[in-house]
Amino acid sequence: MNYIYYPGCSLHSTGKAYAESVQTVFRALDISLEELEDWNCCGATSYFSMDETEAFALAARNLELAENQGGNGGVNLIAPCAACYLVLTKTQHYLTTYPDIKQKVNDALDKVGLHYEGKTSVRHPLDVLVNDYGLDKIAKRVTRPLKGLKVACYYGCQVVRPYATFDDAMYPTSMDRLVKALGAEPIEWPLKTRCCGGSLTGTIQEAGLRLSRALLLDAQRRKADILVTCCPLCQHNLECYQGRINRKMKDHIDLPVAYFTQLMGMALGLEEKELGIHRLFIKPRVAVSAQKKGEPAHV
Amino acid sequence: MILPTPILNETTRGFRSEKKKVVRRIKYEAELDHDFGEHIAAHAYGERLMSCIQCGTCSATCPLSHYMDYTPRKIIAMTREGFKEEVLNSLTIWLCASCYSCLVQCPRQIHITDVMYALKREAIAQGHYPRRLPIPVLAKAFVNQVRRNGRNTESWLLVTLYLRTNPFKMLKEAVLGLRLFLAGRMSLKPDKIKRRKELTTILNAVEAGKGASIS
Repeated sequence: MNYIYYPGCSLHSTGKAYAESVQTVFRALDISLEELEDWNCCGATSYFSMDETEAFALAARNLELAENQGGNGGVNLIAPCAACYLVLTKTQHYLTTYPDIKQKVNDALDKVGLHYEGKTSVRHPLDVLVNDYGLDKIAKRVTRPLKGLKVACYYGCQVVRPYATFDDAMYPTSMDRLVKALGAEPIEWPLKTRCCGGSLTGTIQEAGLRLSRALLLDAQRRKADILVTCCPLCQHNLECYQGRINRKMKDHIDLPVAYFTQLMGMALGLEEKELGIHRLFIKPRVAVSAQKKGEPAHV
Repeated sequence: MILPTPILNETTRGFRSEKKKVVRRIKYEAELDHDFGEHIAAHAYGERLMSCIQCGTCSATCPLSHYMDYTPRKIIAMTREGFKEEVLNSLTIWLCASCYSCLVQCPRQIHITDVMYALKREAIAQGHYPRRLPIPVLAKAFVNQVRRNGRNTESWLLVTLYLRTNPFKMLKEAVLGLRLFLAGRMSLKPDKIKRRKELTTILNAVEAGKGASIS
């Protein structure tokens, strides 16, 4: 099975560090990632508010391009962004369940010589790392265990709901188990799949910020040293608005928010620059300061 | 059916104790749009909409229900009964952040998130949404950008959004924008695909295939 990489628009801008860390970690584990050639926007949530069939056609073009690029044996399309992952899995689900939508989409794709068959499986890097590569193998590659580091694993909504099959929709554990394999300590956290506000932080901020705030306060109350996430929008919301939340609501939140792949890269002893750590506004100081070459990390 | 009190209803906004308006709280059967529910159920591929048992699990699990003028459970009841105007003008459908909690917990497996999308599409198509609300503006700007470039560029999307809704907000966001830019997390260069014509052909074909009836 081939792995084809679908970055999505966010990983080209706000989520740049996510793109860097995913690629660096996969390279370090010798999993080859080939980028999908001429991929287009998945459509995200906004496109579904305007036109459903067009949204499905957009996503289907990507699925179909992956099918062609991957050859006959079937292909794994890796989508690190939560919104992309959701839209691609949703499109597959709908095209399989409703032949009339599939027909409409294929009629449109046929015009440019493409045809959706449904041979692509859409995968999230978390799923690939935990279930294909395996936690035992990851644990063996750890050179700087993150001993004593308390990690709040935040999955957000769209990686686990509603079409993902690799973990529970409300209380997933993949990332927690991964973090444990890195030597760190995941906190018990019932809010791990509660919405961070999504794009509401940019549109209806009074509601959006409150949602992010609830997560940050609770993670801090549970003594997390760092929050790690697997979605570029969640990372942006939870990191970039901490100052604003503190000012508006008189809180004292100061919690580093990184991508799970960045934390993983640190435990594997990879170069910080290649993991995009320098792009974070709040440096994951505990994890980093604990790391000295050749020494196991501890707090 | 008794209408719940909307928080941001134009007619009730801002009245204080000294000045009260008499508003009819009951809607007559004849004023309802009886096809609305069926229409939405067909759009959302939400055949199961009609089987809702009004248990309220969706409202309980929704992280945004306390900001909504009608909870998700009420929206479903009102959609089914034909309260078209109230539903399309509600803030609820726009506050839905697509977290899909309700969908996975619904005991009747109603695709509530998709019902919300269908309602958003209907509201945009009929120009029926609360004025100056940024979310439909964002959706339109997003779609235009993707149609043009095949990808979206977050920086330009936000600039368009603020220019069309609240230019003052752009100043407020300028500091954050600059920090993101300096960290290499935002770029002004539009991201484009190579085969833009191919994409346009696909999208136009979808448009043409729809005919006049469904949006």
